[in-house]
Amino acid sequence: MSALTLRARQRLQLAGLLGPVTVFLGIFFLTPLVIMLIYSFLAPGLYGGVVWEFYPHNFGRILGFADPAFEYFDPVYFQIFLNSLRIALTTVVITLLVCYPAAFQIARLPERWKTFCLFLITLPFFASLIVRLFIWVLILKQTGFINQTLMSLGLISEPLDLIYTEGAILLGLVYIFIPFMFLPVYASVEKIDWTLVRASQDLGANGIQTFWRVILPLTLPGILGGSILVFIPSLGNFVVPAVLGGAKVLMLGNLIEQQFLAARNWPFGAALAMLVMAAVLVLLFLYVRFESKSGDDAPLLN
Amino acid sequence: MRESIIRLEGATKRFPLPEGGTITALDAIDLDVARNEFLTLLGPSGCGKTTLLHVISGFVQLDQGKILIDGDDMGTTPPHKRPVNTVFQNYALFPHMSVGDNVGYSLDIAHVGKAERVKRVGEALDLVGLGGYAARMPRQLSGGQQQRVALARAIIARPKLLLLDEPLSALDRNLRQAMQIELKNLQAELGISFIFVTHDQEEALTMSNRVAVLNGGVIQQIDTPRNTYNYPANAFVASFVGASNLFDGEVRRDGDKIVITTPENDTVEAVLRDERSLNGGGKLTAMLRPEQFSLSGTGGADNCAEIDVTVDQIVFIGSTYELLGKTAGGRQINALLSASHQTRIGEIEQSGKARLSYDPAAVHLIPADDAGAAQ
Ligand SMILES: Nc1ncnc2c1ncn2[C@@H]1O[C@H](COP(=O)(O)OP(=O)(O)O)[C@@H](O)[C@H]1O
Ligand SMILES: [Mg+2]
Repeated sequence: MSALTLRARQRLQLAGLLGPVTVFLGIFFLTPLVIMLIYSFLAPGLYGGVVWEFYPHNFGRILGFADPAFEYFDPVYFQIFLNSLRIALTTVVITLLVCYPAAFQIARLPERWKTFCLFLITLPFFASLIVRLFIWVLILKQTGFINQTLMSLGLISEPLDLIYTEGAILLGLVYIFIPFMFLPVYASVEKIDWTLVRASQDLGANGIQTFWRVILPLTLPGILGGSILVFIPSLGNFVVPAVLGGAKVLMLGNLIEQQFLAARNWPFGAALAMLVMAAVLVLLFLYVRFESKSGDDAPLLN
Repeated sequence: MRESIIRLEGATKRFPLPEGGTITALDAIDLDVARNEFLTLLGPSGCGKTTLLHVISGFVQLDQGKILIDGDDMGTTPPHKRPVNTVFQNYALFPHMSVGDNVGYSLDIAHVGKAERVKRVGEALDLVGLGGYAARMPRQLSGGQQQRVALARAIIARPKLLLLDEPLSALDRNLRQAMQIELKNLQAELGISFIFVTHDQEEALTMSNRVAVLNGGVIQQIDTPRNTYNYPANAFVASFVGASNLFDGEVRRDGDKIVITTPENDTVEAVLRDERSLNGGGKLTAMLRPEQFSLSGTGGADNCAEIDVTVDQIVFIGSTYELLGKTAGGRQINALLSASHQTRIGEIEQSGKARLSYDPAAVHLIPADDAGAAQ
């Protein structure tokens, strides 16, 4: 028989299962992150590249303590940061407003229709994101579908400014991230025990009271999960503003891309990216705190 | 005069079936529950008990008929405006609220001030023996404790009527018996009318002022537990409430007695008290409870009738023996025999034959019409 104890064998199995993932993530995820973190504290070289000295002023340029000899503090960066934050939050709110009622409707359907609706919601994943966004360009542009239709109907005489606006970016983000909101929200709505709703009404609560006191708290985990899943990629999103925002509306993702590719200021780009990550981490921390408070602790009695 | 708390008149409810057509869950139900009465709805699974409770609490709208609570026609009054509370089958405690918040929910909704609420929650929890549990979460409680919380939550607002949907069915036997007594005491103490649903006939008999036996959406009988057991209105009630031996057949007069002859030629003697029950064309069903049999020659009245059975099995239950056997005509017989006749029972087990005696005056007769209708 094997000389290994059961315990040792279990450990070996665990290492075998987790090992490859750990190595993969370590090399391809953690290493670039560490490089970025280090770069964000280095000085930019005059012709691109970095100068190996400690230089906190990359963050200073954004937060207000720039190195006056070299660069200026420019509130525009913080402005873009806030702007992106606002767009990401608005995206979360809109996707939630769309998905929450829809989840209740779909959860009430017979089993066959439920499956079909879930399939429809995941359907966009089958086509390339870029292609889908360019179709929105065709729809929204000056000579696009909407403007042409409205003009031929005589409702407008001049084409409307639909594309290259914040509205277009919001539309694109909402369009892309609806499935990310829908699936967690739907999962929590599906799970609702409707006898709890009955119990609430039985105890004198009307529909609105029952919603605020029972239904909303019970679906809150799904709402928060979906919000995180939409908020994080929206905040740093760069494809949607690049395609639908043009040069007019800048989000953090585009700003970072510019620093790396156009301005060739890697340290500043890295600093911007680190700030986005910090914002996301704070949020995730709050979320985990909430989850562990409301999650199942071990029953004390049984 | 009896004061009526709830009254149903011709209450009928049909549900559409997925494959088309409808199922009649409640069929012209008439029901009247008095103030301070403990009424039990007893019936097999799927007979419409939960539907009946939902009609009263307002979650199901009647197709036909009327429902009056304390004299007010409920019509389409929504559940949250009815003076009725429910203890749900699976307790339905709000998992995200503490025990105290669960119990105080209806007071909170009614805008009762915090101090008053805390006081009354404490009282309600004391009443169900859970004083000091207000800060716990429902998932930290055992099944029996959750049951009590659900009870406290339902009575805290002092409804006129409390509905309990199989509240004890998930508890183990000992706990269930303890809760039966507690519920009964609580009902007497509070002076609230209870409609208690169960499919357990023993529970129904021990707890209620009256039992309503329901089958196929139709009330088969409403009566006191004793009358329901001793004088079942039809064969369904006879076999659902307690064990019974039924003999349906032609009736022949024999002096002051009558004889019922089954199609298989078994005969049972009885005393006819009500001539009207013969209107069904000379057919009747005779019912004998297992405990009405005794072994012939072990004492008892001298005007006893007798029946011969072949014995399949004798089961020792403790205080009694249960004899399972067949008549000459092949009809199943179930008899409970006193454990004091040990030696005779040994003989019977050897021979496989027994002669049972019973008192014809104690045989209950069920009119043939009803016996047929209940099948
Ligand atoms: N919402 C519903 N839709 C369709 N059929 C139902 C519905 N509720 C109950 N029924 C049917 O009505 C009958 C009575 O059900 P129910 O009142 O739940 O019985 P019980 O509580 O006595 O077990 C059953 O045949 C059940 O299938
Ligand atoms: Mg039921």
